[in-house]
Amino acid sequence: MNRFVARRFVGSPFLSRVAWRSFCDVASAEKQKLSSDTDEYDVAIVGGGMVGLAVACSLASMPLTKHLSVAIIDSNPALLKGIIITKDDPPDPRVSTVTPATISIFKEIGAWKFVEQHRHAYFDKMQVWDYTGLGYTHYNARDVNKELLGCVVENKVLQSSLLSCIQVADFQKQIFSARLNSMNLNPCSSLSEKDITSTRYQGSFAELELSDGTCIRAKLVIGADGSKSNVRELAGFKTTGWAYAQNAIICTVEHTAENDCAWQRFLPSGPIALLPIGDNFSNIVWTMSPNESSERKDMTESDFINSVNHALNYGYGPHPKSISAGDGGLLSWLGKGVTSSGGEVFKVPPRVVKLASERMVFPLSLKHANTYISKRVALVGDAAHTVHPLAGQGVNLGFGDAYALSKVINEGIAVGSDIGQVSLLGRYEAQRKPANIAMIAILDGFQKAYSIDFGPLNILRATGFNVANYFSPLKQNIISYACGEQKLPHFM
Amino acid sequence: MASKLLKRTFHISTWSACPPRSARSLIAVAPSRFFSDSNSQPVPATAGSSPLPPGPPTTPNDAPSPSSVSRYGSKRKSESTHSSVKDPELAKFAAISDTWWDSEGPFKPLHLMNPTRLAFIRSTLCRHFGKDPYSVRPFEGLKIIDVGCGGGILSEPLARMGAAVTGIDAVDKNIKIARVHADLDPVTSNIEYSCMTAEKLVEEEREFDAVIALEVIEHVANPSEFCKSLSALTIAGGATVVSTINRSMRAYATAIVAAEYILHWLPKGTHQWSSFLTPEELVLIFNRASLSVKEMAGFVYNPLTGRWSLSDDISVNFIAFGTKDVQ
Repeated sequence: MNRFVARRFVGSPFLSRVAWRSFCDVASAEKQKLSSDTDEYDVAIVGGGMVGLAVACSLASMPLTKHLSVAIIDSNPALLKGIIITKDDPPDPRVSTVTPATISIFKEIGAWKFVEQHRHAYFDKMQVWDYTGLGYTHYNARDVNKELLGCVVENKVLQSSLLSCIQVADFQKQIFSARLNSMNLNPCSSLSEKDITSTRYQGSFAELELSDGTCIRAKLVIGADGSKSNVRELAGFKTTGWAYAQNAIICTVEHTAENDCAWQRFLPSGPIALLPIGDNFSNIVWTMSPNESSERKDMTESDFINSVNHALNYGYGPHPKSISAGDGGLLSWLGKGVTSSGGEVFKVPPRVVKLASERMVFPLSLKHANTYISKRVALVGDAAHTVHPLAGQGVNLGFGDAYALSKVINEGIAVGSDIGQVSLLGRYEAQRKPANIAMIAILDGFQKAYSIDFGPLNILRATGFNVANYFSPLKQNIISYACGEQKLPHFM
Repeated sequence: MASKLLKRTFHISTWSACPPRSARSLIAVAPSRFFSDSNSQPVPATAGSSPLPPGPPTTPNDAPSPSSVSRYGSKRKSESTHSSVKDPELAKFAAISDTWWDSEGPFKPLHLMNPTRLAFIRSTLCRHFGKDPYSVRPFEGLKIIDVGCGGGILSEPLARMGAAVTGIDAVDKNIKIARVHADLDPVTSNIEYSCMTAEKLVEEEREFDAVIALEVIEHVANPSEFCKSLSALTIAGGATVVSTINRSMRAYATAIVAAEYILHWLPKGTHQWSSFLTPEELVLIFNRASLSVKEMAGFVYNPLTGRWSLSDDISVNFIAFGTKDVQ
């Protein structure tokens, strides 16, 4: 950390004026400035959130991309100061359920060891049930011969871990505390009108103008600036999407003992999820209509806790009847298909005793960029696809993007490609788009299936739970997919 | 013949997949055909050419006198410097070069193919010259010539990989396009482009650590003489890389019947099957030119992924890496 700060603020009087203006570090001042009066970088990452930092981290971890010079553009001052988390800090209500696939990416890029220094909660059990009391499913990591189903980590922990990882990496980076104002992707296009010598070399750079007046140039601009992506807007990429007439309330709650299971119950107005986040804390993601959400946001803490406990226990309907092993009824013919956890009895989630954070309300929406790339631009994470938090998959898709893009760039450098060329970036899009669309379609399907409260459908849904609970191949597919494995469930 | 097309993995020749490069290398090598023919008549190769679709209209192959060679050579002025190109011309060619380098444009197949060829070149040259394959610029310190460089699609990546690159092509327009595009990026702006033939460079006694001629040899009248020129440009202990199309039935089916007659990727008659070389023949003419073939690989196109990959299958497209014997 100290080294990083020192590096950033070593002033040098003989730097060029722009370098001085942008507090350039010595390394980039030494960079050749052939024809420009602006700083040149190989990669500019717009957005220093979890996915943007994951891009930087994976670039820093690969043998060829670690030599790239990277600019990270984000107005969040915490990126410069460093994000300091102490053990006594209250948990961040914004958490992510990272899948085993994401964990292995984090391990590979060297960021997981930083996550492990902070609060995080692995879970290997998950119980999903329905308010009608007709069915439930108990997922266990053992069913797919895995040690865990995932890990719940606060977003600020993920972000600070990635930042620490970048800071210790031997990597030429520069953080600009500013927003992106404008982007010129083709500075060379009006060549005929300009003096040719002055535009020399510019065709291989995109020009970025930042809110503090700084101008930088980069061979590749990576848009990691979230669902309202400025990069996507400036690049002119269209999106497809719709808003659901639903909001999610997100908050942290406290129990009297540690929770070790992920719980999800489908209620008439939407699902409520209770995710373990370590210590005695859990995170709540509760989907409901906008009216209900504003009501629940404003009610007193004790009323809110009561309504949470109500929703996770007897509220809206009875407990599903536990089916003991060997008493599969209609489903007993499945025989060998019965999984080890199939016979596990229905459990009631641990009671919530205290609210540990503010209640935040987010509208649910879905948005997908029709294109992820063009010359010198690539979108990652929410900038390319925004999904609702139903299964906590959004950020996992983003981490998958970050890793895939870095890998493609690494392969491109190996064969001397221009890292901003469409034929190279197209490989990233070809890899990620089908995977992301499949996940979006599944989540949208879930959303539609569970946002309707209609008798016959409820029974069908519940039967689906019971079948899933007893039919191992189907269940294994669901778990594998939820764990971030590329393979699609067979029933798709 | 049609059943060949139904094979699961569909082989398309490098050549057929990239009309621009082929078109320019066809013209590019035309002068060398004249030069190298001075001693030997062009061999019409095998007699089996009668059932084949017609080949390209044959240029009258009157062997020019040595004086015409030098006269031709002297007429060509080097376009290797940025300053020698007029600015309005630059602006004009900048517009064209945008299309040439548009990876979604007509040259898409070539852009898709390029990384695969470069992967082979990277791995063989790194091993031969003892360079670090994990380096961003493994070819640092190597002088490489791209014979038949066209718009510079191979030259630029070689320069990014650290090589001091010379690109030659007999078509003036290609060289101008290559020049303008290379000047867009400081890393590639030091490529030396020249409207020139390999033979002319041999006369100038230029030498390179590695000589690369991709998809060129099948268009020269005398491949043997052409290889000797490549060899003469290679320093002792240096490397020569050549890629071409095999004279196999599969190559006939894919590179000629499919690419020219069915898919219309190429004008009919672009390729003459009889002038293709088999790998055995290439090894032989390499040997005669004091080059020993050390490695050979095939390129395979997968139409489902649209990607090319290296393979052991040399039945259609293949690339050979040879080293020049140290005398």
